Amino acid sequence: MKRFKISEVHIRPFIQSGVGVLLGLLLGALLMVIFRYDPIIAYYWLFRGAFGSISDIMETLAFATPLMLTALTFAIGVKTGLFNIGAEGQMYLGALGAAAAAGAITLPAGLHVAVATAFGMFLGALWAIPAALLKMWRGVHEVISTIMFNWIAFHFTIYLIIYYFAEPGRAEKTAPALPGARYPILMEGSSLTAVVFVAIAFCIGIYIYLWGTKAGYELRLVGANPDAANYAGVSSRRVMLLSFVLGGLAAGLAGASQIIGRPPAWSLYATLGNVITLGFDGIGVALIGRNHPIGGMFAAVFYGGLRHGSRLMEYRAGVYSELVRAISGLIVVALAIPEIVAIIRRRFKR
Amino acid sequence: MKALSGFKGLASRARVAWLLVAVILVAFLFYVIEEFGLSPVSLLEGGLLAMTPLALTAVGECINEKSGVVNIGLEGILLISSVAGVFGAELFGNGILGLMVGALTGAFIGFVFGVVSVYGRADQVVAGMGINIFALGFVQYLLMSIWGFPGIHLVQKRLMVRPIYTPIGQLSIVTIFAIIAAGLAHIFLYKTVLGFRIRATGESPEAVDVAGVRVDRVRILSSTLGGALCGLGGAFMPLAWFGAAVKEISAGRGFIALACVVFAGLEPLLALAAAFIFGFAEGFSFAVAVTPGVKEVIPFYFVNMIPYITTLMIVTIAIGRKRFPKASGVPYRRE
Repeated sequence: MKRFKISEVHIRPFIQSGVGVLLGLLLGALLMVIFRYDPIIAYYWLFRGAFGSISDIMETLAFATPLMLTALTFAIGVKTGLFNIGAEGQMYLGALGAAAAAGAITLPAGLHVAVATAFGMFLGALWAIPAALLKMWRGVHEVISTIMFNWIAFHFTIYLIIYYFAEPGRAEKTAPALPGARYPILMEGSSLTAVVFVAIAFCIGIYIYLWGTKAGYELRLVGANPDAANYAGVSSRRVMLLSFVLGGLAAGLAGASQIIGRPPAWSLYATLGNVITLGFDGIGVALIGRNHPIGGMFAAVFYGGLRHGSRLMEYRAGVYSELVRAISGLIVVALAIPEIVAIIRRRFKR
Repeated sequence: MKALSGFKGLASRARVAWLLVAVILVAFLFYVIEEFGLSPVSLLEGGLLAMTPLALTAVGECINEKSGVVNIGLEGILLISSVAGVFGAELFGNGILGLMVGALTGAFIGFVFGVVSVYGRADQVVAGMGINIFALGFVQYLLMSIWGFPGIHLVQKRLMVRPIYTPIGQLSIVTIFAIIAAGLAHIFLYKTVLGFRIRATGESPEAVDVAGVRVDRVRILSSTLGGALCGLGGAFMPLAWFGAAVKEISAGRGFIALACVVFAGLEPLLALAAAFIFGFAEGFSFAVAVTPGVKEVIPFYFVNMIPYITTLMIVTIAIGRKRFPKASGVPYRRE
């Protein structure tokens, strides 16, 4: 690339995502009207709740932290030609690993954070490997295998919490992370901790890896053109395994971030209530971010804002907060249509 | 062409072998059950109940995929239509009408999915996943907006679809319908003109188009049909089985049904057999969970994993060189 020039190719993804988001919000408004809510009031409180003040923005970023990582799991998969929707289960294991390392052992303060984070990431990656092996050996489609592993992980993690890692006397959650194993809170009274920097660094690291190194190029080559990759002597099996492991690391970090980087619980509930669906939400976030590590960060802030703002929307406008998840699903459906911008343009010209 | 048909024969022979293995396994299970003092009749009843939504969904998806449309949003359709079914039952005061409302809801989502993938030329996997994400939030929004209570809504007893008493135990009429539907789907796909067109559309949309058949209409029709069957399966769960609409009622069944479809190589009758195996595994897990002598030894959480582990195992062992339609998941662009 000789000179950086903004061409239409660079702008188009932004326009498409923007149109998808607008369509999703419009259809969401329709869903509100059907149940006799006022969409204008609801959206006002939604966005004011999300971005209305500095502390709200901090909270939005706290919601965005795990989402950018689970989105990264999905995005790495897509870049390698895989539809890896196993972030949910890998994230449970990551959360459990972090909770176990942070609550059950004692280490010096700084080291403890690093060990708990690394152990969470390790377990996340470990849980991703079986799906990769099944795909490599038997050709089991990853959509089926990763979903099955998600459900197995759900029951397995709850079992481990209740039987092995429960806080003595309180079976409903794991022993809380020791103060030395917690990421520092960035602003008094907010849920945002320094783990957000780890998440951002991980996303940027993966971006550099995918676009700046030979191994990353091989990964993308397998995703873009498997035949060419095969012809060039790239082992698609190795790449597949690598893609799952990298995704598992990201998902594991996402889970860990909710345990040792998110007040006030500092532990994993036996219902998995404080991490559940973060992995699934990541799929939508990744697609809104055009399956790009950096795009995923912006999409995570957007969706994190919706999740945080929806609480104020529910309080002020009475619209149940889960509607924002439905909206994100509608955005994904809209984004699946490649020529949606062209179709809309044609309609307006007529 | 001859080589291909030979290969096909081999594939079906392998399938028959697997089916035999499955039957032997089931027989062995019955033996174990007898030893532990479980009732085979109640186990069969449980298995058939668990089979029903899987079978309906899988048979619908077989028709759908034969025409070249792959819908992985089945999980979402099951979820939404289960709540819609309960709403319909309360609206009309009748469980059977509720089932129909569920089927109509599924048909509507299938229709929208068909339009999006045919006219929008959408990435079908992404659009299907969008349906799943949408359903996850929308179902909770519906439960809250209609009944004002988060996450769960109990169905009144009088609205439940009552089972029929038969010599082999209690059976739901939906179960019987599911078994008949699999047979009808087989006849429909292989013995009727429209069925032939659906299969041809999946194999070679260009040829079908040249022959004067509307590819878009065939695909939207089969997607609607597949959605309707899936929707019936969704409404079946609260109205004839659990007695409640819950926010995670589908519990991965949409994806287990996809596994059935893959296992069956898009044959409706084999999909029914696969659904029975998976359903039996689930019924078995329900029965084991409450059996004295077992429940103390094996933690409840491992019992809960049985359906998912079974699915993984069967898909891993039985997956082979299944032949899928050539134009599967590929949007058709008219030149």
